[in-house]
Parts: sequence; structure tokens; C-alpha cells
Amino acid sequence: MEKVLMKGNEALAEGALAAGCRYFFGYPITPQNELPAYLAKRLPQAGGVFLQAESEIGAINMVLGAASTGQRVLTSSSGPGISLKQEGISYIAGSEVPCVIVNIMRGGPGLGGVQPSQADYFQATRGGGHGDYRTLVLAPASVQELYDLTALAFDLADKYRNPTMILGDGVLGQMMEPVVLKPSEEIERPIPGWAVRGKRGGKAKLITSLYLEPEALEEHNLKLARKYEKMQQEVRWEEYLTEDAELVLVAYGTMARVVKGAVRRAREKGLKVGLLRPITLYPFPSEALGKLAERARGFLCVEMSMGQMVDDVKLAVCGRAPVSFYGRAGGIFPTTAQLLAQMEKAMKH
Amino acid sequence: MLEEIIISGFGGQGVMLAGQLLIRAGMEEGLEVSWIPSYGPEMRGGTANCSVVLSDEPIGSPVVSEPSAVLAMNLPSFEKYLPLTQKGGLFIYNSSLMDEAPGRGDLEMLGVPATEIADGLGSGRAANMVMLGALLARKPLVKPESIIAALAATLPAHRQNLLPLNEKALKAGAEFAEAR
Repeated sequence: MEKVLMKGNEALAEGALAAGCRYFFGYPITPQNELPAYLAKRLPQAGGVFLQAESEIGAINMVLGAASTGQRVLTSSSGPGISLKQEGISYIAGSEVPCVIVNIMRGGPGLGGVQPSQADYFQATRGGGHGDYRTLVLAPASVQELYDLTALAFDLADKYRNPTMILGDGVLGQMMEPVVLKPSEEIERPIPGWAVRGKRGGKAKLITSLYLEPEALEEHNLKLARKYEKMQQEVRWEEYLTEDAELVLVAYGTMARVVKGAVRRAREKGLKVGLLRPITLYPFPSEALGKLAERARGFLCVEMSMGQMVDDVKLAVCGRAPVSFYGRAGGIFPTTAQLLAQMEKAMKH
Repeated sequence: MLEEIIISGFGGQGVMLAGQLLIRAGMEEGLEVSWIPSYGPEMRGGTANCSVVLSDEPIGSPVVSEPSAVLAMNLPSFEKYLPLTQKGGLFIYNSSLMDEAPGRGDLEMLGVPATEIADGLGSGRAANMVMLGALLARKPLVKPESIIAALAATLPAHRQNLLPLNEKALKAGAEFAEAR
């Protein structure tokens, strides 16, 4: 297979095109701008629509409208813009409309900075907006995965009629790496039965998140809860040298690739360490961590934040082994030497 | 093998392109490669840099904080990366644009009058290729032919006429480094 060099943001855009996405609505923000720039050029060539909205709020509501017609629709932003989109994301989840939302994270809170971060984990995995809902969350760790997981994101969104979020960060978006693109093929996607496309003499259909009767709204919530339960089967993760690991590191995205390199160095020094990398953050690989907790002596969670995913690691480990945490913020991430020192410290306890 | 390189200079000196040529050549020669630009709120005329990693195993961090080799195309880059370079590392600087400054005894220091050499060949804008040539003479990470092939694959059709100049600049940089 031929390898090509691409920036992460561009590979994601190419993945969306390959998945049959023909609609993008967004508003610019660093560090994800190459993604809309790429699609602004490519979507019209592919017979699609690229639209830069007046704001993130406008963009996410265009996503709701376009996706309601059964088309594959994408939007992308970074932290501050994703916050603005939350109202719309809640409406999309409540209306059970599939779409893909990309967050190429930067440091916060507030305007923060433009350097890479993993500070939006809570926002992504807890729903983010108001109401009681979940989004599927995928965490790529390479340019290849930005391409591959985008196709998966659309498939999962369609399968569950639910928004899927791709959670990357500035490093992944900006970096260039070799990527293998799939041979392009015309995907024939039937228009789903729930899509609203004009009555055309048929039965009227309604897409809404408004249920004023308490019984009807509870029934809707129960239905959503059953769906989120079913989504648990989509959990994906990677384990690296965990078979005999005394200390298991847990990291996702960019942080996971840095940790993987450090684990390799630690093994050379004789430290029995391994890595569990969640590929889906919701659903979270709690069972896999639980199994490791039966034999590992400790866990070390590493994030580009002050500690968010570590809460899920603690819930999964459930007191069976100590869980420690190491995090950096603001665009700074740990060096291999710092990670080695943290591993040695965790193994002493 | 793990080589962590910083290429840094003024915007317009071709530091991003030099980095991309290195990884394209590395990819074609079967190495694991990554490239990432600095993407902060840069000022016009300010300093830009990129991190390049070439390795024979999967790459962890694409961001280089302590380089094993540096190409400093201007004085701010010299000052920024001199203290950060790994002990025993290679530090190549564009001596056309700075007075000889004190280096570090624990580094392999090499001043290359890259802008002057490139000017002599017809265009100062090929200084990045002179620097790349010097780098590859001291550290044979990829073949110079692979760099030229990478450039040919990168340049649009109406710019292919620039290939001979760049090839000469790459060679001149290597010859300068070998003579030192």
C-alpha cells in the first residue's frame, strides 16, 4: 500500500470524504484550521457543501438540520468553540441524529492558549451539554488513526443514531506522518427511514428533542439509556506489554504515544511496566482495566491535564490497586526522562 | 537509531520545507518519520521552527524538546536552541547571518555560510538546501538523492526548473561540511 505524508487535520478530512461525508459546517479556530481549509477545497469538487457559518452555534445547528435529512455531516472546532456548540450537541443527541464532531483540543480554561492539551475529557465523555445524554468518543493517537477512526466515527454514529466525537489535540492535528489511504470507492448508502426529506405524499415524520409530557420524556430517556447501554459493546483499546506488567500506565491520544516510547525505554532498564491505551473514551475500557487490576500492583495515569481520565481509571480499578497520576498542562507534555522518573516513583509505593 | 532534529529560522527561509524533505526522504528509505511545525501566534519576520524525528522504531513524541541535531538559520534560533541541544549533538548554524558567537564545547559545532553559498549559486533562498547538505554530510540519515527525489515530488510542475539549483546547493553544503 502506498504511503503518503499528511498533516493530521488533513488526514481526518480525507477520512471523512472517504466515509461519504459531503457536508461540513464550521467556524475557524486554531489548531484545527487545516481541516476546514482542506474541505473547503475538496468538498465542492466532490459535489458536497462546505459552509463557514457566522458562529459555532450557527454551524452546529446547520449540522442538526443537514444530518436530519440522513446525510453524513461533519463539524470541527477546538475547546472554546466546542463549548459554544454544546447546546446544539445536546439537541442532536436528544433528537437522535447521527453526526461527527471533531475537537482538536487546546489548553484552557477560557480562551487558554493554542498549544495541545487534553483538558476537554470531562466535557467530551460526560455529554458536555445539558440534559442526560452521551456521545461516543474516539481518541486517535496517530495520523493514520485520524484517518481510520473518522470512518468508524461515521459508522458508529449511523448505527446508534447518535453524535460521535473525535477527540484529538493540537499535536495530532498539526503533525505530519505517513498514512495509508484506502482505495476510493463509491459508497452506496441508503437514506435511513427516519430522515426528513419533505413529505412527498408519504407519512409525516418528526425529528425533535421536545417532549412536554413527563411520561413521554421519561420514556424517551429510558430509550436513550438502553441505547447507551448497548453502545458499551463498541469499546476499543490497545494493550502494550501488559502481560507481566507490575505497573500499568494509562494514557490516550498524543500522550499515549509518548508514554509508549517511555515504556519501551523502561523495559530496557528492566522495569516491568505496560500501557493500556483507550481508543474509545466513551465507552471506556473499564472491564479491561478491571482485569488488569486483578494482577497489576499499581496504575499510573498520564494526561495533558490536571487529571480527568484518572477518575474513570479509579472507578474501573475500584480500589484493587493504587492509582497515581501525572499531568502537565498549557501545551507542555512530559519528556521520556520525566515519565521514567514517575514510573520509578510509582513502583516504589 | 533515533534522530531528533530542530530546523529553525526566519519565516521564508524554507525551514518547514527542509523538514518535510527530510521526512519524505526518510519515509521512502523505510524509516519511521514525523514532522511538526511550531504553530503559535508567530509574528511576520519572526522565527519559525519545525521538529523532525527519524527513527527505526515507532515514534513517541513528534515534538522535539532536546534535539540531537539543530539547523539554526538565524541568530534567534542559535540563541534559543544552543542550550537545549543534547550533549554530543550536532549544531549547524548559518554563519552568513551572525557574527561568530561562542558555542558549546560539548557539541559538534559547525558554522556554514549558507546564505553566501546559496547566493553564489544564484539564489539565497536555497540556503536551506545548503544547510541540509551540511547536515547529511555529518550525519548520513538519508541519501542526498532521496532529498532531491522528495523535492521533485513536492514542487509543482512549473517549479521543477528549480531542481538543478537545489541539487547544487545540497552538494555545496555537503562539500563545505566535509572540508571542515
